[in-house]
Amino acid sequence: MSAPVDAIPSVGAPVKAGAQRKRDADRLALILLLTPFLLWIVLLIVLPHLGIGYLSLREKVGPRVYEFSFANYLEFLNEPIYWNTLLRTAWMSILVTALTLLIGFPIAYYIAKIAGRRSRAALFLLCLVPLWVSDLVRAFGWIMLLRETGIFSAVLQWSGLAAGPVEMLYNDVTVIVGLIYTVVLFMVVPIVSTLDGMDNSLIEAGYNLGGGRLTVLRRIVIPYAMPGIVAGCIIVFMLTAGSYLTPILLGGKNSMWFTEQIYNQFITRYNWEGGSTFGILLLVFTSLVVWLGLRLSGQNLANTVAKR
Amino acid sequence: MNVAAPQTPALKLAYRAYVLLFFVYLAAPLVAASFFAFNDSLFPALPWQGFTLDWFFSDSEPKLGLFHDRRLLRGMQNSLLIGLAVATLSVTVGTCNAFLFERRDFRFKGFLYIMMIVPLVIPGVILGISILVLASMTANGVYDRFGVELSFLRPGIPLVVAGQFSFLTTITTLVIAARMKKFDVALEEAALNLGASRLRVLLTVTLPFLKPALIAAGLVAFLVSFENFNTTLMLVGSDAPLTITMYDRIAKVGSTPVLNATSFFLIIASGTLALISVLVQRERKPGEAG
Repeated sequence: MSAPVDAIPSVGAPVKAGAQRKRDADRLALILLLTPFLLWIVLLIVLPHLGIGYLSLREKVGPRVYEFSFANYLEFLNEPIYWNTLLRTAWMSILVTALTLLIGFPIAYYIAKIAGRRSRAALFLLCLVPLWVSDLVRAFGWIMLLRETGIFSAVLQWSGLAAGPVEMLYNDVTVIVGLIYTVVLFMVVPIVSTLDGMDNSLIEAGYNLGGGRLTVLRRIVIPYAMPGIVAGCIIVFMLTAGSYLTPILLGGKNSMWFTEQIYNQFITRYNWEGGSTFGILLLVFTSLVVWLGLRLSGQNLANTVAKR
Repeated sequence: MNVAAPQTPALKLAYRAYVLLFFVYLAAPLVAASFFAFNDSLFPALPWQGFTLDWFFSDSEPKLGLFHDRRLLRGMQNSLLIGLAVATLSVTVGTCNAFLFERRDFRFKGFLYIMMIVPLVIPGVILGISILVLASMTANGVYDRFGVELSFLRPGIPLVVAGQFSFLTTITTLVIAARMKKFDVALEEAALNLGASRLRVLLTVTLPFLKPALIAAGLVAFLVSFENFNTTLMLVGSDAPLTITMYDRIAKVGSTPVLNATSFFLIIASGTLALISVLVQRERKPGEAG
């Protein structure tokens, strides 16, 4: 907007003053726009994380007396249950991400490439509706289906496949099924968006050049969908590793999920130093996985997650 | 012929069946959660005892309905309050951010853009504890030094609003910025040339253009806030929103059909709002799906 004014070489004092005033106004506007942004990022993101970083590096040596130390991190390393929980959370999250991609990709492909115009809009909407339903309601629904007195158990007994009530809650498979359920849509939606932009003639060209179905899928479709796949995987992984409700409600007392450890340290044991340490560890770990994923796929954060 | 589709009838059928199965999987827990809300029984379990609306409207124990359950209603009220506050704040800041990143050039823009996206990839539990820690440290520091108790920095509704706002602003910024990308700056210049003031241009040209995105972003923020659990759990005080109240009920009392009624209510309400947000956004690009 300011280009025409700036482009004119200075012809006299009034123009110069005008340009100066305009530059000042521009700068003022920039500062006014930057203020809410910086307040948000500094007060609610940067400082709080420095805060837990600081807490994680201090040790209580007496009543209201603290000392700088790595004791909290050492405790994490010395207590197998802590790092086992982190490893288990990590491994399950990666498994859930991979399974979600396997399950979600064909659905996204169907919606973007196969469904007719009208049914595609309807399917996409159907995908979105559960996306907005609370995690809690979904987990509650799974409890209704899978517990001893639940619907599946009743159906199995009624059909004669089981003699008595069957408890399907509180095991790892159920936790994984529930987790995939809560995150699968975050995989489908970005992949649909990227595949939407792909021209079918690319696929046709692949066949014309003698490629088989698998070759076309591997060499043309998947590379094209890569930004969507990476975005989906990042969001799914983060949501899974950071999830709390689904593992707790479907996995029961022994679900061994890392966020549960964080909650226990903070709320149950009131050990904020320990809880902050776990928070930092989870953050570092998930960031590492995301960074690695971006690196390996040659994508960056701005063109995957931010693209809607 | 659609070259992208499977070519043999058997494969086509198998693919269709898979997609159908997937949507059954999506619907199953929602249907199960809603189903028992209408069963005339004290427990959310089979067998079916007949249809009833008591779990919504009955005003007496043992079948106290959702709309007479004081604690659930309080939770709903709190959720509504939090949702409105978060939606207003995050849309306001999101609009400023969209102007900032779409219209302005400044130093460190690339870095700040990444910082803007980062809240989206921080686990909600960690956002919750980090804001809790900073707020408590500040409140303790102020109390120690000045003897003043800043109660809004203690767990409660203001902190819940701050926690949800911290990541929702990224989403609202992205939604509004996407719309702003399509705006033709020549429209603003034309209005300026015709003698309109900057404020007038903003109010009569730019903001009306952004309106669908503002509405959609607000609805999304409200919805996500209403159902948020992880961040809220760490910051909640005595005024718990609905999801926390419901979770307490599941954990302490066990499941009762009034929770099924609540689930049904939430599914219908959020489904409707989501539909509205999609329709509002669709208006702007006719002929384009999704």
